[in-house]
Amino acid sequence: MTETPQEKVARLAKLRRDGGVLRDYRSPRYDEPFIMEQGTPGERGILVPLAEEGVAKAVGEAADYIPEGMSRAAAPVLPEMSQYQVLRHYLRYSQMTLGMDLGSDISEGTCTMKYSPKMHEELIRGHKAADLHPWQDEDTMQGLLEIVYDTGQYLKSISGMDAFTLQPGGGSHAVYTNACVMRRHFEAKGELDQRDEMITTIFSHPCDAATPMVAGFKVITVMPDENGYPDLEAFKAAVSEHTVGCMITNPEDTGIYNPQIDKYVEVLHDAGALAFTDQANANGILGFARARDAGFDACHFNLHKTFSSPHGCEGPATGAYMCTDELAKYLPVPVVTKIGDRYHLDYDRPESIGRVRGFLGNWMGVIRAYAWIRTMGPEGLKEVAEISVLNNNYLDNLLMAVKGVSRPYAEGHRRLDQVRYSLEQLKEDTGVGTEALRDRMVDFGIQSYWMSHHPWVVPEPFTPEPCETYSKADLDEWAAVIKKGSDESYADAQFVLDSPHAQPIDQMRRTEAMEDPGQWAFTWRAYKKKILGKK
Amino acid sequence: MGDKPFVHPYIPNSVPAVKEAMLRELGLSSVEEIYAEIPDRLRFKGRLDIPEPILAERDLRRHVQGLLDKNTSAVEFLNFCGAGCWQHHVPSIVDEVINRAEFVSAYCGGDYSDLGKYLTRFEFNSMLGELVDFDVVANPIYDWGDVAGRSFRMARRITGRDKVLVPSSVSPMRLMEMRTLCQPESMANSTKIRFYEWDRETGMVDLADLKAKLDDSFAAVYWENPSHLGTIEAHGAEIVKLAHEHGALAIAGVDPITLGVLTPPGALGADIACGDIQPLGMHMHAGGGCSGFIAFRDDPVFAQECPLELYTVMETATLGQYAVGEALPDRTSYGSRDQGKDWVGTASGLWTIAAAVYMAVMGPQGFKEVGETCVARSHYAAKLLGEIPGVQVKLSPGFFKEFVVNFDGAGKTVAEVNKKLLGHRIFGGKDLSADFPELGQSALYCVTEYYDQAEIEHLASAVKEVTA
Repeated sequence: MTETPQEKVARLAKLRRDGGVLRDYRSPRYDEPFIMEQGTPGERGILVPLAEEGVAKAVGEAADYIPEGMSRAAAPVLPEMSQYQVLRHYLRYSQMTLGMDLGSDISEGTCTMKYSPKMHEELIRGHKAADLHPWQDEDTMQGLLEIVYDTGQYLKSISGMDAFTLQPGGGSHAVYTNACVMRRHFEAKGELDQRDEMITTIFSHPCDAATPMVAGFKVITVMPDENGYPDLEAFKAAVSEHTVGCMITNPEDTGIYNPQIDKYVEVLHDAGALAFTDQANANGILGFARARDAGFDACHFNLHKTFSSPHGCEGPATGAYMCTDELAKYLPVPVVTKIGDRYHLDYDRPESIGRVRGFLGNWMGVIRAYAWIRTMGPEGLKEVAEISVLNNNYLDNLLMAVKGVSRPYAEGHRRLDQVRYSLEQLKEDTGVGTEALRDRMVDFGIQSYWMSHHPWVVPEPFTPEPCETYSKADLDEWAAVIKKGSDESYADAQFVLDSPHAQPIDQMRRTEAMEDPGQWAFTWRAYKKKILGKK
Repeated sequence: MGDKPFVHPYIPNSVPAVKEAMLRELGLSSVEEIYAEIPDRLRFKGRLDIPEPILAERDLRRHVQGLLDKNTSAVEFLNFCGAGCWQHHVPSIVDEVINRAEFVSAYCGGDYSDLGKYLTRFEFNSMLGELVDFDVVANPIYDWGDVAGRSFRMARRITGRDKVLVPSSVSPMRLMEMRTLCQPESMANSTKIRFYEWDRETGMVDLADLKAKLDDSFAAVYWENPSHLGTIEAHGAEIVKLAHEHGALAIAGVDPITLGVLTPPGALGADIACGDIQPLGMHMHAGGGCSGFIAFRDDPVFAQECPLELYTVMETATLGQYAVGEALPDRTSYGSRDQGKDWVGTASGLWTIAAAVYMAVMGPQGFKEVGETCVARSHYAAKLLGEIPGVQVKLSPGFFKEFVVNFDGAGKTVAEVNKKLLGHRIFGGKDLSADFPELGQSALYCVTEYYDQAEIEHLASAVKEVTA
């Protein structure tokens, strides 16, 4: 019996729902020249206002006000291009960007690529949000301050902490804020000479090691024990009268929840040190566990991860830093307060660390987070956590059935929001490692996965994080792509190693440019001088 | 919500039947079995202190927009305040491009799948490089104060010296960020900030004081153009020369929108330039539109000590086809944790795309014209304000878009003037009286190409009225 068109459509739809058929995907490939190579002299992309006749008559030539030697001699070599041609160029670039909205971005673990509601974008693009000046009288910004203040209250409830700042311009920036707050705390106590060591763990984000270094501390990194938990004995041994505190994640990048986390905090407190937990990925614990309840003195959230603000090609982002009353006096200025029914920017905080950022912060992210929390409510937030954890375990079940995939550490324990897998076996069997598979998976219209922060403690790593945004069909499809990559590797490894095959460009070459001063070119003008000039 | 299951449009698997099917697949009866990983003593058993949800999109929109509507924007009022965040015209094409779903939603996707993001980033670096006249532009982060502090730390690593000289006219807000990055001086590895004076007549740096303070122990001399108080700095080339005579680096803080008419830091011989790209196509967003850049000449030592990501153009298997790759990745905290140079993290990627589009549409002529209009209209405003009895414009007539207006002669404080200006639907200048008491009751006014002659005249008549 031949299949009718209706039957075929239904069969394929079912297979897609079950992850049985992968997309016949082709990325757009525009072969688009750099904008610096386009346009013609004299073309204009936009006309700007010119001084009126009356203005010119009153003040004369602008050039007369520029001191000698400060008038630009040669015009900057910028494109001269009409507006439609500029628009088309960047639309082509946007089409050659999969992003999260198109890319089924379960892939980027540690990033919590959840859906950023479009309605929120309308809110922040309106002039009541976008066209506020930061030095405006606070009476003219009461709505924004109310949103920020209330978001702070919600985050206090979610973390169990007493105080907040939303000044940091990203997650790492909030983590840096913590290093500065702890520094100020011990400076105030006169112990900064004595305490100069910060403890972190290797599966905590690199910023948990790098930002205390920037704050002037020595950094001690604790490695995992055989179960993947930070080695408690090694941790104890690292703590002393020199310890400032710890900056660690739980669950770590492995997705393993450390059930003894409060013991680590106790060890620190017994030594007079402080404890901070990096909660960049709090999705799995919303409403289920709170940093304060494990004894932590401070924590942070990424509003662009857990709280739905979009990632915007890596920012602008918002870090929420939360702490206890004891540390609140050190928060950066200004702090948003409420007196009666008025909201204020409080600069009168003599013990503050000062500032980590100019003005107020990236409060576009706060507006979005506020809207998101308000549409979830207390039970919705718990549902977010539950579904994230369920999705992760469902995907885990599928991935562990794929040949060449393993999940190191903590056998018998379930992961919460994400998992760090290894393709060591696949590499050993076929020569295809995690980088090659990453460059193959994108040929199916799926965003390339996050492997691991450095160093790769888990060999040939990859780290998906299937947060609440993704449907069962999305999870099935994602796992099917990994399975397809594995099958291809065992059947024809070279084909995978030659990936990608359906992308806007072919495989990258001249990779020595990444390390060689003679070949790198950070701008087009450098490329013209160094590379094109030579050819 | 009662007992009804919570099915939310942002959570597909909240549909009970789907959830049950997935649990069944895992051999679980509830997600609680997974949460058993969190010991009971660490479980939160209370109810989050968060209001009941506003479920319908229409209702949520009404609620949040209602809060935002309590704000008064710089579209409703005339805004003559800058001081680190400036109201310039944002071309519609900029918003169109950065609001594309692909760009809004992208994060750290791969070299191929997010190619367009990387190509745009490279074009941003290339065009900003032309404006500042440097071959290297690093990936921007946070804001001007932050990148200035990072530039100091970079200079310290390059020179092995631990002091920097900063003009005392620097923005107090920016200085606070620098100080946080440079660490308390009691710490052995801190970078010490020392000051040189500014000329109270002109607003420019005091070269004689710089000469007196500078010796071979400094890692860098920093100056700004225009200065925080608005003055175009005429001594850039001399500052560079003095710094180099003492083996120090010359670091210029610049507002890039001035560079269609002003000499760029590269041409002045500076070693490093930093500043804010907010004027290049960003809405102010109450300061959220800020983003700091670092640029320098193509010197491997500088590249190795640069704390921010660097992207090089690369080639592919096909001739004439380009990719973009991250250079020297082991140098950043992503590559080497605490052994890297400072730290990197989610920064301000979308703003670099906005600035790329902005620079592309403006072109050389657009930058020249916007510069000339800023100069002309700000001077027109200064002229009108200076004619008001009791109101005086201070410092050098060589300013770009910001200038100091003093109200001492009118017997009014800036706070009083600004409060009253609100009644005329005007945001007045930034109050300088606390940070620069030597200027008396003065405010920093900002007039860009955004406001026309009639609006400037409205400002002048309002100031006249409120100071009378």
